[in-house]
Amino acid sequence: MDEVVAEYIRRTVLKIPRDEIMGVLRKWGFLSETQLGAINFRQTKDSISQEVVQLCEENSADVKQAAILDIIYNNIYPNKRVWSVYQMKKTGEETDLFDFTNFKKKFKRRLQSALKNVTISFREYEDNAIWIRIAWGTPYTKPNQYKTSYVVYHSQTPYVFISVSVLKSNLPLLCQALVVASNYHDIREMELRSHCLNSLKDIVFKRYSQNFQTHYPKQEKNVATENVDVRIIQEDKSEKERIQRVNREVFGDGPQPKLEFAQYKLETMFKSDPKMDVLEKREPFRCLVKFSSPDLLESLKSLVPAGMADAPLSPLLTCIPQKARNYFKIRERKGVLPGSFVRP
Amino acid sequence: MAVARPFDKLPALNSAALLLVGTDGSAQQRLAEAVLRERREFEISIHLATSLPLPAERDHLRPRIDLIVFIIDIKSKYSLKNVEASLAYVDASFFLGKVCFLVTGVGRVNNCSIEMNAIWKLRDVYCSPVLLCELEVERIQATTAQRLLRMLQICAGHVPGVSALTFGSLMRSSADD
Repeated sequence: MDEVVAEYIRRTVLKIPRDEIMGVLRKWGFLSETQLGAINFRQTKDSISQEVVQLCEENSADVKQAAILDIIYNNIYPNKRVWSVYQMKKTGEETDLFDFTNFKKKFKRRLQSALKNVTISFREYEDNAIWIRIAWGTPYTKPNQYKTSYVVYHSQTPYVFISVSVLKSNLPLLCQALVVASNYHDIREMELRSHCLNSLKDIVFKRYSQNFQTHYPKQEKNVATENVDVRIIQEDKSEKERIQRVNREVFGDGPQPKLEFAQYKLETMFKSDPKMDVLEKREPFRCLVKFSSPDLLESLKSLVPAGMADAPLSPLLTCIPQKARNYFKIRERKGVLPGSFVRP
Repeated sequence: MAVARPFDKLPALNSAALLLVGTDGSAQQRLAEAVLRERREFEISIHLATSLPLPAERDHLRPRIDLIVFIIDIKSKYSLKNVEASLAYVDASFFLGKVCFLVTGVGRVNNCSIEMNAIWKLRDVYCSPVLLCELEVERIQATTAQRLLRMLQICAGHVPGVSALTFGSLMRSSADD
């Protein structure tokens, strides 16, 4: 077995939490049950990984199998990478049935005609998701298994989720291959990025609870009676209820998709007191506003009830799931983009 | 304009009413519960509000307010703005010892959004004491609750020989030293 492959398998196994190694290896299916049974899981992870490599040696694992193991690892732990969402466009109404074999053939052919030194692996999952792993080389060097990009394509939709690696220069090539293989005409980046792949899918497939204008009957009042102490009187009860209602209308009832950032690039003019005359030239004041949080949309949802902001929140913040983007460019109000400034 | 006045209602026997004004509802709730846990010999009612003026509909149900505590979170400029806006709805005679400012969140030095100068300005302009605390620490929350309870007792007139005004000027002269 190749040294490189052996080391790669060893490092991949090391990434997996000890209790889950068995499950991942089983999913991989490359080692037999007897071989799996022989592994001693009570030793250090280092030793476990060495044992696994030994067994892979017995079965003569090659790059292809190692790549599949890596796909499986990333499919179980997708949140370790940053995913960007792309949308493909078709002109015309052709609805050809999706043929996986054809797709694979076309994709490989297109990619390898431009760059021969790549390792391409595919794996199909039950939810109609196709995972593609590409290990990039250069015209003069073999593919580097540690420089990888991953693509998740739901064949029934025009959406593709790409996790770019360091080699951003290969991105146009990758996009081209996708478009050709899936019979689309164009692909564009949706300016939607996050670590949480499932949340991105939720946003794009509209699987989160959206804000509908429902009118709840008055029975709602019995819901929260946490504070029964009569000596503490909430003077603002009706105002608090109004805030909850507005919040519910804006954000919906269920959990919000998980995003970590919202970024607003401002290309607007600086508006100051004319007497102050801060900028002599009338050129746009370049400014970048970035909101970050472990769970951005949930934090926005709790802002007003926690008493940190006025209701209603700026539509620039609340439109994120509907517009399916979290990177915005704000220009002068010309009627195209919302020009209202975000208030802290 | 619905302005809070200190003497527009008759006091109830052996009781006192505290009004907490601030944007952080859950912190107010916890502080109110801490005050209620303290030992005392009079009836107490604690009113929580986000801002003033208080809704007019409940005015007839409200007792006479003996002490107003404005809560400012030093991490939130929004809470300061809210307090400054609410101060306009308080009658001037309240500021004779029946108002106090409670600044919370002082434990987290790195997250201060409000300059202390702004707080001292409030203290000087409104002639009212400023208490600093960190409500997230259980022990400090209990101590703050004790101090507020003691102030409430004085403001409601339960301590013979000490009026709200006496106490207010006592706090002020000791701060200047």
